[in-house]
Amino acid sequence: MCLAVPAKIVEIDGDYAKADFGGGVFRKIGIQMVPDIKKGEFCLVHAGFGVEKITKEYAEEAKGYLEEMLKHGPHE
Amino acid sequence: MARMNEKEEVQKFRELIEKEAQLLNHPVNLMEVCGTHTMAISRFGIRSMLPEKIKLISGPGCPVCVTPIEEVDRAIELSEIDNVIITTFGDMMRVPGTKTNLNSQKAKGKDIRIVYSAIDALEIAGKNPGKDVIFLGIGFETTSPSVGIAVKQAKKEKLGNFYVLPEFKVIIPPMEALLSDRELNLHGFIAPGHASTIVGGKTYEYITGKYKIPCVITGFEVLDVLQAVLMIIKQVNKSEGKVEIQYTRAVRYEGNLIAQDIMKEVFVTVDSNWRGIGVIPGSGLTLNGDYKEFNALNKYKVDVAYSKEPEECRCGDVLKGKCTPADCPLFDNGCSPENPAGACMVSSEGSCSAFYRYER
Amino acid sequence: MNNEIITLAHGAGGRAAQRLIDDYIKKYFSNEILDKLEDGSVLELNSKKIVMTTDSFVVNPVFFAGGDIGKLSICGTVNDLAAMGARPMYITAGLIIEEGLEISDFERILSSMKKTAEESGVKIIAGDTKVVEKGKADRIYINTAGIGEIINTALNISASSAKEGDFVIISGTTGDHETAILKEREGIGFEADIKSDCAPLNNMIEKVINTGAQISVMRDPTRGGLATVLNEIAAASGVEIKISEELIPVNEIVKSACSILGFEPVYMANEGKMVIITAPGDEKKVLEALRKTEYGKEAAVIGKVTGNKKPAVIIETISGGERILMISEGENLPRIC
Repeated sequence: MCLAVPAKIVEIDGDYAKADFGGGVFRKIGIQMVPDIKKGEFCLVHAGFGVEKITKEYAEEAKGYLEEMLKHGPHE
Repeated sequence: MARMNEKEEVQKFRELIEKEAQLLNHPVNLMEVCGTHTMAISRFGIRSMLPEKIKLISGPGCPVCVTPIEEVDRAIELSEIDNVIITTFGDMMRVPGTKTNLNSQKAKGKDIRIVYSAIDALEIAGKNPGKDVIFLGIGFETTSPSVGIAVKQAKKEKLGNFYVLPEFKVIIPPMEALLSDRELNLHGFIAPGHASTIVGGKTYEYITGKYKIPCVITGFEVLDVLQAVLMIIKQVNKSEGKVEIQYTRAVRYEGNLIAQDIMKEVFVTVDSNWRGIGVIPGSGLTLNGDYKEFNALNKYKVDVAYSKEPEECRCGDVLKGKCTPADCPLFDNGCSPENPAGACMVSSEGSCSAFYRYER
Repeated sequence: MNNEIITLAHGAGGRAAQRLIDDYIKKYFSNEILDKLEDGSVLELNSKKIVMTTDSFVVNPVFFAGGDIGKLSICGTVNDLAAMGARPMYITAGLIIEEGLEISDFERILSSMKKTAEESGVKIIAGDTKVVEKGKADRIYINTAGIGEIINTALNISASSAKEGDFVIISGTTGDHETAILKEREGIGFEADIKSDCAPLNNMIEKVINTGAQISVMRDPTRGGLATVLNEIAAASGVEIKISEELIPVNEIVKSACSILGFEPVYMANEGKMVIITAPGDEKKVLEALRKTEYGKEAAVIGKVTGNKKPAVIIETISGGERILMISEGENLPRIC
């Protein structure tokens, strides 16, 4: 259930946008579910539609949690 | 703190999990209900990273695997109709129906086209006004809103040749059905990351409220899964049973409200048949009254009375986590990714396929 | 621009067929052997160890970013000969043309074949054309057969020659060809500046052989990708091959495209890459020789043949885990799930 990948909005055209999936791969996506997204922002894309806005620092949280855990020790 | 590389981080998580697991006074069974999790766990070899006490079970998370055989047969029957173009996600092409599969139908010359998105199906409908384009609507809540958007667009454009065969599933009812199976003995859920982007953390409160079982909404990288396992067993040790979001970068408590509105606008909940589990009330979605003209079955009546699961196939038990793929008599003995007998072997995220590729 | 099309008459053996040969085939493929236009071509070969191979090309679309079916038809056969350690010398070309193919497209393909043959130093010395009814071929199918001479007869280059300790090298990035083909496909296409890696590798391989390295195996990872070729070698040699995911060169575009569609670069087809398995101690000079060439600039060592007796391909993932890399089960199908 669910291959979703982060992409950057490059151009917006009404309900649709041109998204950059990294490395120079572009595709048209529907942004009906993330209507306030702006050019230059990122979202998670599933089956050709943006499903959630994400920040550029996507994918850092497990590392952050680990650092927290190691600082405080495993039993809180 | 200096930046570690991923291998070191994996190692640190493993140590933390090991320490926390020592406090567990019984072995724990954790279930994931998302095909991408099934695959990630197998692909990264996560089972081998965890202590014996922690068992990861693959539940019914791959929409292809839980699509019952008669729904596959319906798609195949529709592909037989002249003037119909079937558009589908690639996942469905090799799923075995009772007599054949969509891939073989395509080889026979039936017009079946793989698409990445429902928008592509709409475009094909626009380019082929003389034909009916039927989109096979499989997926969980991650996918159904996007198909809802496509249907709304079809209505707006007055596209008269676009249809959907609605086979959508919903995640909470099967989770509940599994919890009521006493044979299973589950202690925690690694909850789906992307479906939760849509439905939000709030959706799982029904489960945690009623069953007091930890539900951690998890991402798909190896560190995400390890963090989630740690979070779940911490809850178990504290006798907690609450919803936590590990995948905070993508999931919010309320989820995506626009997507939820679209689902309410276009779909209605129905009872749905799950391969190997049976009919679960309120576990499926179909097009509601306002959009029923887009339901392929409103226009085309197909007869699938012949539908029948292969006899020895234990997909159902595998899906429920009651047995491992290796326990099925057909596993690697008539059923392989090249020649799947049941759906669990078809999708690369099906439990059997993931097992065959990564853990055999 | 010629607006003519190929018709069934062109395949019927009479005047139209003669015109096809005189006006087009000869125009692009002329050489002292072919121009004799006999039923067969007489060749003089000095060596006792000859390699012969054949391959058929049915790619659709026939024109794609980075190449076309013509270029592919020469590269495919040239590369198979090179993989056997042979210097490709002569090629035949059988063309099965669908009625209605524009002559201008036909010329483009012939021109491509000519250019590629020149680059690889092979002569097209025999051929055949047939025309079939509309719908019976996807614009054009091409079969090429090639002959070459073994360069270093002391080497026994074979899929069954891999041995414990050998290093596994790939001559460049993986997945480019299939990604370039996919981007044009209706329903799943996307925009990206990527071209097929289709290229004739014989000159590059000859340089590698001339280093004197003890090469065990060479194979080009076409359909089914790197994973499939390594599995074939592991099975034929009865060895375990272990590779490391982070060492495999992959173009950023290929990575992104794979992540959208749910593919893995190791299963994607290539048309301009070679897997080279060589004895320990020789891997550096093989790498050096490759990296000095146009098509081998990004060559890299990706793994080794281990001492384990059970034939398998194991991949070490970026997170430090290990998994079995299976042979491809068939077509790569995009997925949402």
